[in-house]
Amino acid sequence: MNSSSHTEHAHDDAMHAHHGSLRGYLTGFVLAAILTIIPFWLVMGHVIESRQATILIVLGLAAVQILVHMIFFLHLDTRSESGWNMLALIFTGVLVAIVLGASIWVMYNENANMMPMSPQYMHHKQGS
Amino acid sequence: MPNRSEFWNFLLGRLSLDSLPLHNMIVVVTFIVVATGGAALLGFITWKRQWGYLWTEWFTSVDHKKLGIMYMILATVMLFRGFADAIMMRAQQAIAFGDNMGYLPPHHYDQIFTAHGAIMIFFVAMAYIVGLMNYVMPMQIGARDVAFPFLNNFSFWLTVSGVLLFMVSLFIGDFSHAGWLGYPPVSELHQSPGPGVDYYIWGLQLSGLGTLLTGINFVVTILKMRAPGMSLMKMPMFTWTTLCTSGLIVVTFPILTATLLLLSLDRYIGTHFFTAGMGGNVMMYINLIWIWGHPEVYILILPLFGVFSEIVSTFSGKRLFGYSSMVYATVSIMILSYLVWLHHFFTMGSGADVNSFFSLTTMMISIPTGAKIFNWLFTMYRGRVRFDVPMLWTMGFLFTFTIGGMTGVMLSVAPADFLLHNSLFLIAHFHNVIIGGVVFGIFAGINYWFPKAFGFRLDPFWGKCSFWFWQIGFWFAFGPLYILGLMGVTRRLSHFTDPSLQKWFIIAAFGAFLILLGILSFVMQIYVSIRNREKYAVGHDPWGGRTLEWQTSSPPPPYNFAFVPKVHERDAWTNMKESGYQRPLQGFNDIHMPKSTATGVVLSALGFVFGFAMVWYIWWLAAVSFVALIAYAIFHTFNYNRDYHVSADEVNRFEHSGNWASDPQEARA
Repeated sequence: MNSSSHTEHAHDDAMHAHHGSLRGYLTGFVLAAILTIIPFWLVMGHVIESRQATILIVLGLAAVQILVHMIFFLHLDTRSESGWNMLALIFTGVLVAIVLGASIWVMYNENANMMPMSPQYMHHKQGS
Repeated sequence: MPNRSEFWNFLLGRLSLDSLPLHNMIVVVTFIVVATGGAALLGFITWKRQWGYLWTEWFTSVDHKKLGIMYMILATVMLFRGFADAIMMRAQQAIAFGDNMGYLPPHHYDQIFTAHGAIMIFFVAMAYIVGLMNYVMPMQIGARDVAFPFLNNFSFWLTVSGVLLFMVSLFIGDFSHAGWLGYPPVSELHQSPGPGVDYYIWGLQLSGLGTLLTGINFVVTILKMRAPGMSLMKMPMFTWTTLCTSGLIVVTFPILTATLLLLSLDRYIGTHFFTAGMGGNVMMYINLIWIWGHPEVYILILPLFGVFSEIVSTFSGKRLFGYSSMVYATVSIMILSYLVWLHHFFTMGSGADVNSFFSLTTMMISIPTGAKIFNWLFTMYRGRVRFDVPMLWTMGFLFTFTIGGMTGVMLSVAPADFLLHNSLFLIAHFHNVIIGGVVFGIFAGINYWFPKAFGFRLDPFWGKCSFWFWQIGFWFAFGPLYILGLMGVTRRLSHFTDPSLQKWFIIAAFGAFLILLGILSFVMQIYVSIRNREKYAVGHDPWGGRTLEWQTSSPPPPYNFAFVPKVHERDAWTNMKESGYQRPLQGFNDIHMPKSTATGVVLSALGFVFGFAMVWYIWWLAAVSFVALIAYAIFHTFNYNRDYHVSADEVNRFEHSGNWASDPQEARA
């Protein structure tokens, strides 16, 4: 499923797309491996007392992992396709943040306001 | 014979003769009418020996112009279907008072309002705007086709397969009665065990995939294939709105797909994403579906804002007032549309802080929209406005849409929404913006670009009839609903006890009848124009257009432009006319074009079979069709015979054809 319409002006910068080097791929691989080993070590070795802190660190490393993949494997930079790739990524990032963040916010509120249907609660409501 | 019964169960899933709704007279009569009409049409095509022509020139074509026209025809057919549902509901509500239960039982009535909503949004409004964008946008940017011509054909046929699933549900089994967005728990298996919700899910999955591919296609086309010199801020307004709409499609339709997928997992394999118990959360579905649903209404309206911008500046004979502010308004609407979804469920109990946030964002979105209204008004100010039919629709839009927008701001006030939620006031509001904005815009666009597509104008008399019937009919049909909504009447009721309300519903039914006359006038307009096509013949630039599509012939040649135009200014064609542009009549080159392919039809037909098999639990057929679908898609990637050249001789012939006739004077007046 590729472009089969070849007008002269259609594809000038697609030709110069950056395809990476062995060095780049190796750097990416090593970084990705390190970023995978650290969370395993943190969880399996019970390195940090606080469960909360472990979860946060693992999530943080996952975010860095995403960046590593995008830079070294997907060759994302600010120049390719005259910046449109980066713009699309930022747009997606903003929207994903909105969708996830606001959904958690909304659902937390709905849960807190609408869901406490325990028998004690209902009893309390009827008593009051 | 238990063995045989098991065999049949395997072969047909849950499909049986009982699935045919033979007990329902209305459906049987509809079936007879549709079947006779369909058979007559098929017979006529066979008799005229047109199947080969249709197949090679249209069905397998990857030409964006032909696909655009096919989208418009599909949408018009579905408009008839959706409107038939509408007028049935209006008739029911006008008579079902007190002892009179009307002619529709509640179960049937519920299916009708579900089908009406889903069809009008997905297969009428969406198909119309995709059709307009398909036809016009590539020519506005001086391109010869879209970036992925095969995908474009595939998208169209996926939409058709979704339409077919919806239409089949009318006669085999029943349709969803869970409302156009299929809220759980009603859409869950224990409350809707029948095939209705499954038809709804698979119909939307197929057409939703088509829409997503269209979005990707248009974004790439606009970013990569603009004529030399056309920087982003020199693009026509319609192209800008197409870009923003396509961007929204790309980021929102996956949410619809994922949400419906989770619902189908609940229904098919017993997960508990949206059930009331077992750790599921019904509210999550409503949250997710509206994250898609609210951007969707902006997906619908943005391209029509573009249409109005083109028409206002053409028929005022001026460049568009405040072009840059129009662009910024469009982009900010695109972003803001992602931040307002909760206003569809203020009453679900999020609490004051959440509700105020979404209330404010909703009010904010009216600011860029208001800026656009003023831009259109200032474009008309001191212009030499010609009141042709496209301009009439535009003025009707300005009037109607503004009122719809204001009732929207009323609804955005969260405390007020607690009273108006799910009332007929809401129904009146969204019909006010969707009919007043989207539908009026579509008819404006059809009247404006029809001469480009076919080389003759549409009859203005029937066009004006159509406009006035729609405009007046709209207020008769939805004015009473505003009043009823303020009195507290809720939506989706098939029977009323209070007889004092009946007069309002009778007025609304009268309005629907006027709209019916409007639709019939539109059909009449097309018919009369085709009959008098000699009289209405126009040249390539009948309205004194300002953008590049008016540079090429009417209808345009397959390759759109013999020489790719060079752009120096906004309103590129006006600029070319002013600088004394002469069309080159010789020195043509071969033109490289994409070739037709049947793959889109084949894949979508397999998709339809897969959807149908899933609806009826025919697992073997679902597996076979799914594997075939994937296999054929892979097979298609080995097809290297994808392009051809229009020879310079042929180009020469096109460029000297009758399509380039000069414009008769009265068409300009």
